Amino acid sequence: METSTAKSSAPFDNRYNFTARNSISGYLFGLGFVAFFDEAVFHQLLHWHHFYDKSTTSIGLISDGLFHAFSWFATIGGLFLFADLRRRKALWLVRWWGGVLLGAGVFQFFDGTIQHKVWRIHQIRYVDNVYIYDWIWNITAAMMIIAGIIITVRTKQKAKAAKHA
Amino acid sequence: MHNHQLVNNVMNHDFVRAGLVFFFIIFFLFYVLAVIKNNKLRKQWPSYRTLFWTLGVFCSAVSMIGPLAEKAHVSFTAHMISHLLLGMLAPLFIVLASPATLLLRSLPVAKARLLASLLKKKIMHIFLDPLVAAILNIGGLWLLYTTDLYMLMHQYIWLFIFIHLHLFLAGYLFTTAILSIDPVIPQKHFWYRSLVLVIALAAHGILSKYMYGHPPAGVPLKQAESGSMLMYYGGDVVDIILIFLLCLQWYNASRPRQYPVSHNINSL
Repeated sequence: METSTAKSSAPFDNRYNFTARNSISGYLFGLGFVAFFDEAVFHQLLHWHHFYDKSTTSIGLISDGLFHAFSWFATIGGLFLFADLRRRKALWLVRWWGGVLLGAGVFQFFDGTIQHKVWRIHQIRYVDNVYIYDWIWNITAAMMIIAGIIITVRTKQKAKAAKHA
Repeated sequence: MHNHQLVNNVMNHDFVRAGLVFFFIIFFLFYVLAVIKNNKLRKQWPSYRTLFWTLGVFCSAVSMIGPLAEKAHVSFTAHMISHLLLGMLAPLFIVLASPATLLLRSLPVAKARLLASLLKKKIMHIFLDPLVAAILNIGGLWLLYTTDLYMLMHQYIWLFIFIHLHLFLAGYLFTTAILSIDPVIPQKHFWYRSLVLVIALAAHGILSKYMYGHPPAGVPLKQAESGSMLMYYGGDVVDIILIFLLCLQWYNASRPRQYPVSHNINSL
């Protein structure tokens, strides 16, 4: 990593020039990771989620297909953006984590409310008191969203302060 | 299932099998001969490309001849494995072998020029557009599995041949249009190719799940279930490779100028 181009600014400052890219990489990876976790843990390991549910609406089937496809792209693309930030010495890990939490939370909330409940692609688990699972699922999602927003706002303020200083 | 016998008998006939083996060997040797000729006259052709070509021809051959191909006539699950090999994995390997570039390099100049001008024709650009290629590829699958075509394929040998040729060619067209590794193939913008890839992968996944609940005519429910799950997850494996290669192209193309060589993918 010996680069001698620190003319304008210390390489450490470059992360303030890439605040958006740090967030986007986080959002993408967070969304992709939650989708991957869902597939690996709830479908494959626990067998709670079903591959196909007879009460699935068409729009549910389409949405599931689109998100499944996009989640692979998001995971891989998010990690390539991460690598790109590293080679530019612009990686801001705290802000990136804020993005991860926000992306993961928003997708999990969408999955737990719209996809599971409204479009009925499948339930979290095929048991009588599924509502308990639904509440835990969505509260976890909401906590991730709130934590993600706090981190994103704080790092943004820090970047603004650093730019004006 | 009586009608299944028809195509089954033809495809398992010793004469047909020998013909197919011969065809795949010729197909393989053409490339090897072109590589030998190229290496005598020009820059060495990378050996990994020859390896990819071997793997590609091998995957296609396994899907058409031998125990898997025989089973594919009666079992939908075996059919799905052979389709993944012929329609997705073989085309990927073949694309990575850059056969069009090799062909242009090893033909005599006049013929190479003629071929290059044919590739530049407008009609070729239409077929090589990622969106058109995706519709030919995934649209063909929808037609095959949601109409009676799948059942008819086992009754008429010409339909069987046409569908398998289409499967491979459409798979090749799609993969080459998305990756544009062969320099002869016009390269579309990264975002356009990514968008088409995600939509095509989604349409592939949606079809797999749809088939789980609505088996193609003549397919028993249990086989449809295992076959469709195989299609869903098997498709994912190949698509992950496609997404990785596409993103790698972006990563290399967007390398910041001030950090020339030390920050490539290997430094991670």
